[in-house]
Amino acid sequence: MEFNYEVEGGNFTKAGNAASNVKKVLKQLNVDPKIIKRIVVALYEGEVNVVAHAYKGNVLVDIDTDRIYIKIQDEGPGIPDIDLAMQVGYSTASAMVREMGFGAGMGLPNMKRNADTIDITSKVGEGTIVELTTKLTS
Amino acid sequence: MSEQQFYHALKVDKDKCFGCTHCMNVCPTDAIRIRDGVASIRKNWCVDCGECMKACPVDAFYVEQDDFEKIFNFKYRVAILPSVFIGQFSKSIKECEIIDILKGLGFTHVVPAEATVDVINESMLEELESDREKPMISAFCPSIVRLIQVRFPGLVNNIIPIKPPIDSTALYYRQLLLEEGKDFDDIGIFYVTPCASKIATVKSPVGDDSSNVDGVINMDFLYNKVFHVLNNRSESADNCDYTVPYLSPKGLNWSLTDGEASHMKGRCLAIDEIHNVISFLEKVENDEIINVDFLELRACDQSCAGGVLLTENRFLTVERIKNRADRINASGKYVQNISAAHKQTIKDKSDVGKIEPRSMMVLDEDMGMALKKMERVRRMMCYLPGIDCGACGAPSCESLAKDIVRKEAHLSNCVFLQRMMEKTKKLDPQHSIRIIEKSWGKDRLDKDCKKKGAKNDSF
Repeated sequence: MEFNYEVEGGNFTKAGNAASNVKKVLKQLNVDPKIIKRIVVALYEGEVNVVAHAYKGNVLVDIDTDRIYIKIQDEGPGIPDIDLAMQVGYSTASAMVREMGFGAGMGLPNMKRNADTIDITSKVGEGTIVELTTKLTS
Repeated sequence: MSEQQFYHALKVDKDKCFGCTHCMNVCPTDAIRIRDGVASIRKNWCVDCGECMKACPVDAFYVEQDDFEKIFNFKYRVAILPSVFIGQFSKSIKECEIIDILKGLGFTHVVPAEATVDVINESMLEELESDREKPMISAFCPSIVRLIQVRFPGLVNNIIPIKPPIDSTALYYRQLLLEEGKDFDDIGIFYVTPCASKIATVKSPVGDDSSNVDGVINMDFLYNKVFHVLNNRSESADNCDYTVPYLSPKGLNWSLTDGEASHMKGRCLAIDEIHNVISFLEKVENDEIINVDFLELRACDQSCAGGVLLTENRFLTVERIKNRADRINASGKYVQNISAAHKQTIKDKSDVGKIEPRSMMVLDEDMGMALKKMERVRRMMCYLPGIDCGACGAPSCESLAKDIVRKEAHLSNCVFLQRMMEKTKKLDPQHSIRIIEKSWGKDRLDKDCKKKGAKNDSF
């Protein structure tokens, strides 16, 4: 079952919409709350990344009985050095974004910690694709 | 677990209810449907918040209480009285006057429900040091505990499993009377409740299996009785005097918003009104709220001062309680007098036991089946109009679709789809009327000038 969500760059009031919707769906599917929490936290971080860094983005969610696959795709500046971006505390967020309480350099590391697998592909000047997969049963 | 039935004090008077959908639209857990022209409550979904009762234009909801005469089955008749009861009266009426009137009505003892807050507060502070998940959530408001069980099952472990003061106070006073040599069976403890959810916990506590309370009396019922006596007494009757203040300032404020949060440690937040609580808990669940230690969550706006069984305006009640608390504070007269041994007894019995999640959101226990059902819901949503008019007897198109996959409704319950089916001759107009009558009752669409707002309205 597929779900699609648009993410608007720069609009923090709507960051987390996809995460909230996915949470609602997973609750109805009787997924263990602990697993739901990991998925929702990872997706929320992903949404915030798009809002903070990119111009616009799209979240594709595919759910079947054993796993959830999430693809967060954006049009944005891209990530020049993915290994560096994966380091805890490293951030390129603007001063304004930091003032809002985001940009602590925890986004990607948090996503990695909460998803079973994470794949990141990025082209500087074009955008980034983050793919997350997590098993729905423990 | 989901099969278990829970006691609810909120009932629908089928003769008064005319099926207007107000309650259905405000219910925060989507627990109400209209069937046969009247509201019906899904017992396992209801959290007893009382929003339906507040929204009802014809007072069709009522809170079931014990017969007042039941107090006379006991030799010693104890009223456990929440501070918001006193708060409804203006400052010109002394606490001791109200207590004297209650005694005149038949109680032998009148004790404040919040008498044990200091002990409860101590236990909660100890618990705050434990390794329980943060933010920790108070178990004070039974509606909030139930809300978390049914809608936020992932957060049940954040609840501090300590009983609200009412339970401890009942236990403590029974103990005091027993120590005075009174017979257990002679003691009747009656709780004067400000809301439906407190009754529900007294009758079927969430974790624990027994209650220390023998009966429940609705606060509005008792308020009217006291008010009547106040209005009809002679001038000279006003001659009672304080020895010690009825309650500590902390106890007076405990059931108001910030009553608990202001006495906890670390970063504490107090949130009242159930929709505010829901939107905040959504964020807590997403881990968007970090570094908060304690949450005081209350279902009613202005907490217990906004209880559905209060008569006086909630803002005035809050002001009056705060003023009373300030006066007692200034007098410096109040002394805490619970002995160390009693404190220990209260603490030993303050654990609510295990609070189990019982999610009412799952479409099916089996994930594969749930997925299929959700796909069906999403397909049906392509056809349903998305108007959320409630004319099918469910609060929204989506809840109708979910009712259909649960085999509790049909697509033809939708009045708009009925029209489409009639247009394509898939549905006979007579049949269509029968379907509407099933949701809304027979003859519901006939002319009736006595209905609310109509020419001969008598509501």
